[in-house]
Amino acid sequence: MKTIKAPFKLPNTLHLHYHKEATAALALEVMPAPAVVQIPMSQHLGAPSRPIVARGDSVGLGQPIAEPVGAVSAWAHASVSGVVKSIGEGLSTSGRPTTFIELENDGLDRPGSTLQPRPDWASADGKSLIPLIAAAGIVGMGGAGFPTHIKISPPAGRIIDTLIVNGAECEPFLTADQRLMMEKADLIWNGIQILRHILGGPRIRVAIEDDKPEAIRAMEKAMARADGDVEIVSLPAAYPMGAEKQLILSVLGREIPSGGLPADVGALVENVATCAAVYEAIVLGQPVTQRVVTVTGPLIRRPANILARIGTTLADLIAFCGGLTGQSGKLICGGPMMGVAQIGADVPMGKTTSGLLALPRESVRLFDSMPCISCNRCVRACPMSLLPCTITSAVEADQLETVEALHTLDCIECGCCSYVCPSRRPMVQLMRQGKARVQLARRQKQEQEKAKGKQG
Amino acid sequence: MADPTAPLWMLSSSPHAHEGSSVRRIMIDVLIALLPAFAVAVAVFGLDAIRLVTVCVASCLLAEFGARKLMGRNAGIDDFSAAVTGVLLAFNLPPALPTWMAVLGSVFAIVVVKQLFGGIGYNIFNPALCARVFLLISFPVAMTTWAPWDAVTTATPLGAWKTAWAAGAAPAHFAATYPLGSLFLGNQLGSLGEVSELALLLGGLYLLARRVIYWEIPVFYLATVAGFAAILYAIDPVTNLSPLYHLATGGLFLGAFFMATDMVTSPVTRVGQMVYGVGLGLLTLVIRRWGGYPEGVSFAILILNAFSPLIDKFIQPRTFGHAKKKPA
Repeated sequence: MKTIKAPFKLPNTLHLHYHKEATAALALEVMPAPAVVQIPMSQHLGAPSRPIVARGDSVGLGQPIAEPVGAVSAWAHASVSGVVKSIGEGLSTSGRPTTFIELENDGLDRPGSTLQPRPDWASADGKSLIPLIAAAGIVGMGGAGFPTHIKISPPAGRIIDTLIVNGAECEPFLTADQRLMMEKADLIWNGIQILRHILGGPRIRVAIEDDKPEAIRAMEKAMARADGDVEIVSLPAAYPMGAEKQLILSVLGREIPSGGLPADVGALVENVATCAAVYEAIVLGQPVTQRVVTVTGPLIRRPANILARIGTTLADLIAFCGGLTGQSGKLICGGPMMGVAQIGADVPMGKTTSGLLALPRESVRLFDSMPCISCNRCVRACPMSLLPCTITSAVEADQLETVEALHTLDCIECGCCSYVCPSRRPMVQLMRQGKARVQLARRQKQEQEKAKGKQG
Repeated sequence: MADPTAPLWMLSSSPHAHEGSSVRRIMIDVLIALLPAFAVAVAVFGLDAIRLVTVCVASCLLAEFGARKLMGRNAGIDDFSAAVTGVLLAFNLPPALPTWMAVLGSVFAIVVVKQLFGGIGYNIFNPALCARVFLLISFPVAMTTWAPWDAVTTATPLGAWKTAWAAGAAPAHFAATYPLGSLFLGNQLGSLGEVSELALLLGGLYLLARRVIYWEIPVFYLATVAGFAAILYAIDPVTNLSPLYHLATGGLFLGAFFMATDMVTSPVTRVGQMVYGVGLGLLTLVIRRWGGYPEGVSFAILILNAFSPLIDKFIQPRTFGHAKKKPA
């Protein structure tokens, strides 16, 4: 095992103010489970889960309470023991309506997991472990929330030769993954070994930005006696290094083709927290009922990295961190670059909530955007080598053909273009509009063709 | 949201962070970068420099304010873009130009070239350069009258060269009349802000350091002029000026660092900017060597301004994950 520098350079990156000093040195704190949790049915990519419990049912900690629906979906589990108080509707942290299962905590943490621990995983058939990962409700915990059991079952004909473990954490303010690596490196490494076993022994690359030397050291220590082709890759601290496409390019020099998946270039990327969850599911028989979340920002009285139960409301997280210190400005789930602004704090956190950022009123600047002056800063900043200025102008002019021809659908919404725009144009918002319109036009065209086919 | 005492939060699309740049800050940077050249202008041309810069900046700001008000747009002038146009126009005028002509040029730059095309961000041509050419065509004598600053020289170096060659002979004592080193420092006749390459280079380096401009356009522009001139000079050193003279004269540095790099009217991609620079260099020298005017920078930039959208259409970077360049 050795640590190497990232072998490939990215075309465009930004050096952001990282603001991680508020929480980087703070050890993980366990937050006591709140009196009530709300488990969202949409905390992953794909169809929402369907509740399998009813009001008044008694549930144990880790008991499955919602089942997957369709091909891409996930199980959800009770994060406390107690009684199902209600099943209702509300907003998820992504801002979309979703169903919640509200649980009243009896404070006993009465075990309810139905997972069979497999400490003997090394002698088991790798493929036989995949259903356990599905049953544990593990999804990509870096933010995307793609169900892990699907990710580790590559389509036929695709061979995964490298498992990249994502510890880049390039979003400013967030230190959840960093602290997890510093304090639970063994857990992560065990999870990685399980995934390697399932995937048939690919190379392992643990990628960490070089501004987190303690995390690199902790992982080096945990992996000191690792067997096989295993390396830690020290990445230059630059945004968006942790984005899947950029990470694979930086570590392997391979470019995922447009519209393709990491498996198309023989790679698989799993977040460090996901790896830890795999260990807990397989070895300890524990489904995903908690995660590390960085609660931070100038408005939080006592910023912290906390281990919180899934379904804890943002208000409870804020209260645990001493409340707010000033006038409310913006409340963001995730980091400042790709996080989602929240309408209120009564929204529960999900499996992908890695950070909660509260900004005071005075630091949220309102502004009128000016016309594009073609300064080309966005062109030089775009990690996908798009032409954000040209695309957004075409979106505003409703020139859909141009929007599509300029590969707008390849935009990863990293926010670099908006970040550097001196005219303060809402670049990402316009890119999203462009993507949505192109996709709508494509769907309409398909439906028209289908209708024609039926007529003919 | 049942609790009326719950804090209110603002909603917006990500990202929720910004580097803090602004159009206003960019324009202030350009004004700062023009200071060394302004200092040289005052030293060389005295009060005329102060008069023309003041008149042009004031007229541009007023014209911008008035035009925007009349057109029903937000009448703000605090982005300072009109002030930059004013300084750049003044820098492109001969020092003795009557004040009323400078006012006319300023109004033309702002109203016709900028606001009638849609205002900041939408103009196709560089306003200051367009106004200079407008004045040059309207008042050819006033625009080419260079008040002598000593008894010997009464023409710009390129003008002297071209006039002599039109008469059929190489200018006598050219190198002695126009020592190269003193040209770079600003000892030459010419438009207000173009005389000192050293001062302009200082400003250009500041803009590069502040990332207001990028290296591609100025470097490719200057290198093409130097390279093309070197080839001509190698072919015939008697009828052609040396590359260093071409670099030191005719507002090339002002054009390369401050006019060709005008964001609105230049291409947006790196390679596009390189092509743009090469085109500028070739055209500048073609006009200087074979054209009717002794200096070719203004026309070269204006002509390439027109090609800028075309360059952007045909030269685009390869998108991540795509094998080939985009279809044009």
